[in-house]
Amino acid sequence: MMNPSHGRGLGSAGGSSSGRNQGGESVVEMFPSGLRVLVVDDDPTCLMILERMLRTCLYEVTKCNRAEMALSLLRKNKHGFDIVISDVHMPDMDGFKLLEHVGLEMDLPVIMMSADDSKSVVLKGVTHGAVDYLIKPVRMEALKNIWQHVVRKRRSEWSVPEHSGSIEETGERQQQRQRGDDAAVSGRDDAADDNSSSVNEGNNWRSGSRKRKDEEGEEQGDDKDEDASNLKKPRVVWSVELHQQFVAAVNQLGVEKAVPKKILELMNVPGLTRENVASHLQKYRIYLRRLGGVSQHQGNLNNSFMTGQDASFGPLSTLNGFDLQALAVTGQLPAQSLAQLQAAGLGRPSMVSKSGLPVSSIVDERSIFSFDNPKTRFGDGLGHHVQQTQPHPQMNLLHGVPTGMEPRQLAGLQQQIPVGNRMSIQQQIAAVRAGHSVQNGGMLMPLAGQQQPFPRGPPSQSSIRQQPMLSNRVSERTGFSGRSSIPESSRVLPTSYTNLATQHSSSSMTFNNFQPELPVNSFPLASAPGLAVPAQVRKPPHSSYQEEVNSSEAGFTTPSYDMFTSRQNDWDLRSIGIAFDAHQDAESVAFSNSEAYSSSSMSRNNTAVAATNHGRNQQQQPLPGHHQVYGDGGSVRVKSERVAADTAAMAFHEQYSNQEDLMSALLKQEGIAPVDNTEFDFDAYSIDDIPV
Amino acid sequence: MQRQVALIKQSLFDQGYLDDQFMELEELQDDANPNFVEEVATLYFKDSARLINNIDQALERGSFDFSRLDSYMHQFKGSSTSIGASKVKTECTTFREYCRVGNAEGCLRTFQQLKKEHATWQDRRGLGRQHVGPSKERDK
Repeated sequence: MMNPSHGRGLGSAGGSSSGRNQGGESVVEMFPSGLRVLVVDDDPTCLMILERMLRTCLYEVTKCNRAEMALSLLRKNKHGFDIVISDVHMPDMDGFKLLEHVGLEMDLPVIMMSADDSKSVVLKGVTHGAVDYLIKPVRMEALKNIWQHVVRKRRSEWSVPEHSGSIEETGERQQQRQRGDDAAVSGRDDAADDNSSSVNEGNNWRSGSRKRKDEEGEEQGDDKDEDASNLKKPRVVWSVELHQQFVAAVNQLGVEKAVPKKILELMNVPGLTRENVASHLQKYRIYLRRLGGVSQHQGNLNNSFMTGQDASFGPLSTLNGFDLQALAVTGQLPAQSLAQLQAAGLGRPSMVSKSGLPVSSIVDERSIFSFDNPKTRFGDGLGHHVQQTQPHPQMNLLHGVPTGMEPRQLAGLQQQIPVGNRMSIQQQIAAVRAGHSVQNGGMLMPLAGQQQPFPRGPPSQSSIRQQPMLSNRVSERTGFSGRSSIPESSRVLPTSYTNLATQHSSSSMTFNNFQPELPVNSFPLASAPGLAVPAQVRKPPHSSYQEEVNSSEAGFTTPSYDMFTSRQNDWDLRSIGIAFDAHQDAESVAFSNSEAYSSSSMSRNNTAVAATNHGRNQQQQPLPGHHQVYGDGGSVRVKSERVAADTAAMAFHEQYSNQEDLMSALLKQEGIAPVDNTEFDFDAYSIDDIPV
Repeated sequence: MQRQVALIKQSLFDQGYLDDQFMELEELQDDANPNFVEEVATLYFKDSARLINNIDQALERGSFDFSRLDSYMHQFKGSSTSIGASKVKTECTTFREYCRVGNAEGCLRTFQQLKKEHATWQDRRGLGRQHVGPSKERDK
């Protein structure tokens, strides 16, 4: 997400009137700035001119003269771009083919252009899902408004699950998108997937400036862009902070009992109407449902989570092995185990959660709807996030990074993750937000880093670490037993987590990783995630997970934890390995297999979790078949991969942390790709990057 | 000198060599990018030289692979359009039409015309430039 504050080079922070928004909307003005555009055209003259024009619009431009290169750039940087502009006729690949690829793999809006204005070609653009078709010579005016497509897409993604995406995009596009989401990476949105919080913002990426301003329901993009004005009425921009407040209020009241009126009162935000809250709550509920739905036991999970870890465990077990695993993956369960693992790996007490919990809760809240985060959190395996985001502030650490990444890692993650992707930004934003957000962001970052690098060895610490982590974890496992609440370090874990998480096996971990970044917040919205996660994570089949998760979150050092931990560890490790494996496959699989079976139950859970994660990942993209393994302990691995992907996505989501992003990310995931597992709700969207 | 450059440029506009698009490009030039137009034009001429060459060769071969020619011309048209070379663009369109119907003769004729206009523009641009004119001098 591009935040002006990022160092993305937006520089629009200054409210640079991009000149585009003549609309005079200050908010809008800043909004399009920094939009990350990828331009593909084999004509160098054209490319240069376009670049210049786009720069004048204050966009961030990357040019490419070959379609293949563009694709690899996009793949490497899943969330590194917001929109793609491509020529139709190119020597190495047909523009429409590129369009299809981008739509499927990254789910980014693509604009076609050509000197050819014949109807047939334009129609082809439409049918292939291009959001727009520009005739050369391309004028500045045409480029000035391309951001509307990003917003639109995000919005539709956000609400995709519910409805077909309000955007005017052609139904085809939407479907493609949605389908693509499911298939590919729903989370992708990297650009788009950012929290597709349809909240008026539309510019999830802009989150920074917009949100605040839009709180009052400003119309975005008014400035002659109609798209922002899709809204008939002014929409409130649910900024990260606002969302965090919202989540805090909801948690305070109790998800079940939260009514808009009371929430509104609690939030006490001037200008916010009950309607705003109501609609946001609705979305939030859906988000949570999504999270919980993954494990199918959503209800249980959620409750379990919320109610407490112990309780949750019970229900969790009910979850299918999958769920648990998924949950675990999501980070809830695994979180703990992961935490343990991580701790082991990192040498930190797996339980960071305890201490960290408090923070996490905060964080969770922050995570804006941290839906994303929560999910990721869970994915971290920290399940604890979910459980009670609040109780486990520490867990948060784990959340994101189930990987036992030490807090430092987290920090490192955050920093490291500069990944161009949103994640880094997210993180930054998150970090900026409040330590908490960092978690999310951090988590994201780690994930992000992981995600992308993941397969490759995520740049961020995590991914790479994952592998090593696993091994560490394993050994650590023993050490985990004594997990002491892993405070912040759990955050660090996240990094490691991330690695693991990415693998998804740790799913929760990965997410946690993000979290690590965020201070304690690994629990995104402690409550929120809890909610979200509960569904998924909470269900750790073996209560142990939960406990573990919980502990990790809360730094449970409970002995039972150890038991679980060890089991979980195995599992986690496995999952981690899996997650890694997702990328690496080979290793994790082996690892996980052995491990997985060790804790059959655990593995179940893991699988479930992993599955969930996978689901998530799936959302993001149909992860390569690895994941599907879930079924048997061994499959956990597979799932982990997916999960990892998901986590990555989640992590990514976390990046979004900026609540909006998360939201959108969440939405994306949720709506976007129906996780094959069970709706892992992991908003895979962020995971798109998962190179899995 | 300035005036001369301006005059030349004006003549190019008047005669339809350049159109609004070119003016857009000029607007893109600013203090931060003082030589934008120059750079783009250079790039264009370099690329167009290559394309013209390809087309020349294809035509000389006499095989008249229309689809290939059309493809070249499409590229040419694209860049010419982007830079605002309206006359050249027009010729490109005509050429493609001929290709579409398989009129070899028409293609050749059009291409000749195209090259001429292209060269004229290039020359004038060279004159207008402070330094030595554009390197590519193509023979008509």
